Amino acid sequence: MSRKSPFSRLSFRIMGEKSDHLNLARGRLVLITAFFMLCYFVVGARLIDATIIQGYLSQQPDAIGVDDQKKQKKSDAQKSGFRADILDRNGVLLATSLKTASLFADSQKILSPVETAKGLVQIFPGLTYGDTLKKLQSGKRFIWIKRNMTPTEQEAVLNLGEPGLVFDYDYHRLYPQGNLLSHMVGYSDVDGNGLAGIERSFNTLLNGSKDPLRLSIDVRLQHILRREVNRAISDFTAVAGAGVIMDVNTGEILAATSLPDFDPNRVTSNPTAPEMFNRVTLGVYEPGSVFKIFTTAALLDLKRTSFAKTYDAINPIREGRFTIKDYHPEKRPLTIPEIFMVSSNIGTAHMAQEVGTGNLKKAFHDFGLMTKPDFEIEEVGSPIIPNPWSEINTLTASYGHGIAVTPLQLVGAVGMIVNGGVRVQPSLVMRDKEGKKSDSGIRVISKETSLKMRQLMRLVVSNGTARKANVAGYNIGGKTGTAQKNVHGRYVADKRMAAFVGAFPMNDPRYVVFVMVDEPNPNKTSYGYATAGWVAAPAVGRVISDMVSILGIHPRRDEVDISEPLKQFIHSVKGEH
Amino acid sequence: MTASQSLTSFFARTDHSAIARWWWTVDRSILVCLLILMVIGVALVTSASPSVANRIGSEHSHFITRHIIFVVPSLLIMIGISILDHLWIRRIGTIVFVGVIFLMVLVPFVGPDIKGAQRWINLGGFSLQPSEFIKPAFAIVSAWLIAHQKKSPDFRGNLLSALIYAFIVFLLMSQPDFGMTTVLTCMFAAQIFMAGLPLRYLFMMGILASVAVVCVYFSFDHVRIRMDKFLNPHGAADTYQVDKSLEAFANGGFFGTGPGQGTVKNTIPDVHADFIFAVSGEELGLMATLALVGAYAFILLRGFGRLMESNDMFVVLAAGGILSMFGLQAFVHMGSSLHLLPTKGMTLPFISYGGSSILAMGFGMGVVLGLTRREARTSIARAGMSLASRLRGK
Repeated sequence: MSRKSPFSRLSFRIMGEKSDHLNLARGRLVLITAFFMLCYFVVGARLIDATIIQGYLSQQPDAIGVDDQKKQKKSDAQKSGFRADILDRNGVLLATSLKTASLFADSQKILSPVETAKGLVQIFPGLTYGDTLKKLQSGKRFIWIKRNMTPTEQEAVLNLGEPGLVFDYDYHRLYPQGNLLSHMVGYSDVDGNGLAGIERSFNTLLNGSKDPLRLSIDVRLQHILRREVNRAISDFTAVAGAGVIMDVNTGEILAATSLPDFDPNRVTSNPTAPEMFNRVTLGVYEPGSVFKIFTTAALLDLKRTSFAKTYDAINPIREGRFTIKDYHPEKRPLTIPEIFMVSSNIGTAHMAQEVGTGNLKKAFHDFGLMTKPDFEIEEVGSPIIPNPWSEINTLTASYGHGIAVTPLQLVGAVGMIVNGGVRVQPSLVMRDKEGKKSDSGIRVISKETSLKMRQLMRLVVSNGTARKANVAGYNIGGKTGTAQKNVHGRYVADKRMAAFVGAFPMNDPRYVVFVMVDEPNPNKTSYGYATAGWVAAPAVGRVISDMVSILGIHPRRDEVDISEPLKQFIHSVKGEH
Repeated sequence: MTASQSLTSFFARTDHSAIARWWWTVDRSILVCLLILMVIGVALVTSASPSVANRIGSEHSHFITRHIIFVVPSLLIMIGISILDHLWIRRIGTIVFVGVIFLMVLVPFVGPDIKGAQRWINLGGFSLQPSEFIKPAFAIVSAWLIAHQKKSPDFRGNLLSALIYAFIVFLLMSQPDFGMTTVLTCMFAAQIFMAGLPLRYLFMMGILASVAVVCVYFSFDHVRIRMDKFLNPHGAADTYQVDKSLEAFANGGFFGTGPGQGTVKNTIPDVHADFIFAVSGEELGLMATLALVGAYAFILLRGFGRLMESNDMFVVLAAGGILSMFGLQAFVHMGSSLHLLPTKGMTLPFISYGGSSILAMGFGMGVVLGLTRREARTSIARAGMSLASRLRGK
């Protein structure tokens, strides 16, 4: 007989006086137990949910949703301040994140505040002894002493042997090229937020990725361009300058410089300081005669106008209160090549009249001159377009007055005209395949017009206002432009913008080179001139003669000058612009 | 009991000493579970507390040594109480009850103000929280009073226990201690539920409790903030603790980072007491943490199961009340760590750091073990007696 069961069952039955209460209590016990089991079951289920479904699984690479990826990246970035590198097209480091030590003190663990303060002041001359000592004796657990120190400084701190000095490691953004690309690459703050340039526009991407971002920039060309723009500025005691080199087939910007510039490693200036201003993409300027390229192209593309056709350049055009005059009046009817070569405002204005306001605006629009361009950095300026656009605006805009665009737009438009007439999108990020033709395939002008424009631009360099840009064997073509500066709505006679946009080789153009100098002053070598032909054209010539050796482009001295056929339309020419 | 066979050989079944009798009658599976919980508790406090100790400026072993100093007496108290018979358990419970009430009355006058509440009394270098002990002590006293009324209906035990309950709530709310009041209320509710209070009264009590919760919500700032935090976690309220807690579980995964290897735990405030469950989740992983939940569930299941066999109303009410409190506290702790419930600073029984909590839990579970011992001989004897009396009566 089992020891337990019969008796306990017996006792159940027998103890009658209490059994009602106890039976009720047993029923209630079952309910309570069931309630608790339910609670614990929910806890168990929630535990699996929190640990596996929301925790473990969502961290697995295959299960990562876009949201989680973002979260992960965000937390990574917040933790470390790490940002992906920025490289030039050849892999040269433009911006990098360096893991550096920052020093803080736990003043409760400092053994000897006096000696430590003395030691720290010796290592970091920027600290003052009294301040440091006060901090070290404050009793606080976390005091920043120095952020982002060099390894040498860190070693010196370690040699102090003070247990209360603690290092915290984070990423510090460095720009090894210094001033070279300050406006394009931009800069970021200590917390790893991009504040300008590529650093700003690609902020999220740079924070989230470890793969470097490769720009279309070539630092070797950038060095040349910056040096020559700088030289033009100092030679002609100008206040500022800008330069761009663009691949006309892909739209890639190989070099772009805006001077004065700044060192992104130590940004101390106010964001509105002149050196912080990006003259290439954000500044809009009246381009002057450079615009004649677009007016002429519009005419040639619209009508099969013969180069022999002449336009009156004798009488200044009077329209309302404006008078359009030439800088060096030829005082005779001029052919189109002559107008372009000597840069006649009157002739160009007549050509614009022939094109008509609507067609001219449409052509300018096609060249990307009328709207704010798309570009990879956010510091992009909108062009200033006359509004409303009346008849007189057509006349002045034809030679680049009363309309202001960014150098970026100018370069892009010239690129389209010389590359055979296909639209290209200026871009700062390297394309996947080098030398790939622009995939837009949108034709802006006909091939024939493009060839005619190249002939005209070549003529300007071989015989016209930009002879100083010529480099033997490279068939450079281009157009100068000297515009009076508009200061507070008033044109100032002795303040000019001198610009030259060149392209080469003109038989099959590959690069556009643009240089602009702000407020150049005449010097002895320029015989009192401070026009584009004296200031900007030689700079472009020097840039090209240096860049061809780096890019391995051989001179072709045997090739026929494509402007040769135009010589028949050139009659006696007096001045140069 | 094959696992404990080697141990059992210490005591022959014929050994009639008190220890031997205890060993053969006590519920060894609950005992083993409680011992395992205590060991895990020491391990988790060892892993979790150094960062907290560091933060308050103590040496890193501060909480570890203190925890062990309390765990050992707690174990001794538990075993000591469980050896006693029902009468002595009731007597000791009553003595403790009177003593604790005295201390609680004293708290508002001598207790230091810590984090906006007066709950502690300094006793020779350690601070004691009398309200922790009131829960098991009150469970015994009210069980006695209610059970006595079942025997002799003239005795107004129900009313008396309700009055005592109200007085304790008054003492607790003057500290103030909202969490402890909730636990005590739930425990008392469980007791009168088991005692057979009609459901309609329970329903009314439920309404009353809801009204009380609403009142508390509007009269105590910290409670309101915590409730808001729970109800609207993405609002402006700070959910740092719970966020970090959930991060710890996620970091643990299936098998955990390994004891002492957790990293998220270092960033959770008060992790050694109120969020120790998260440490388990991070370091021991899902499997072990589920087993931990299972251990609590098992103790409840087993304990309530033993009560089903009891014939003594006092035993059912006292042990049932204490088990409910035990189960509720564990559930609230785990629920807050997992964001199932609003954050309520409640310790995980036998695992969290907290001297008074550990001692009181040892006392309470000692009572449960003592009351659920299989009093084979006495019940046989009693059965025989009542059988005899019936037969005589006929």
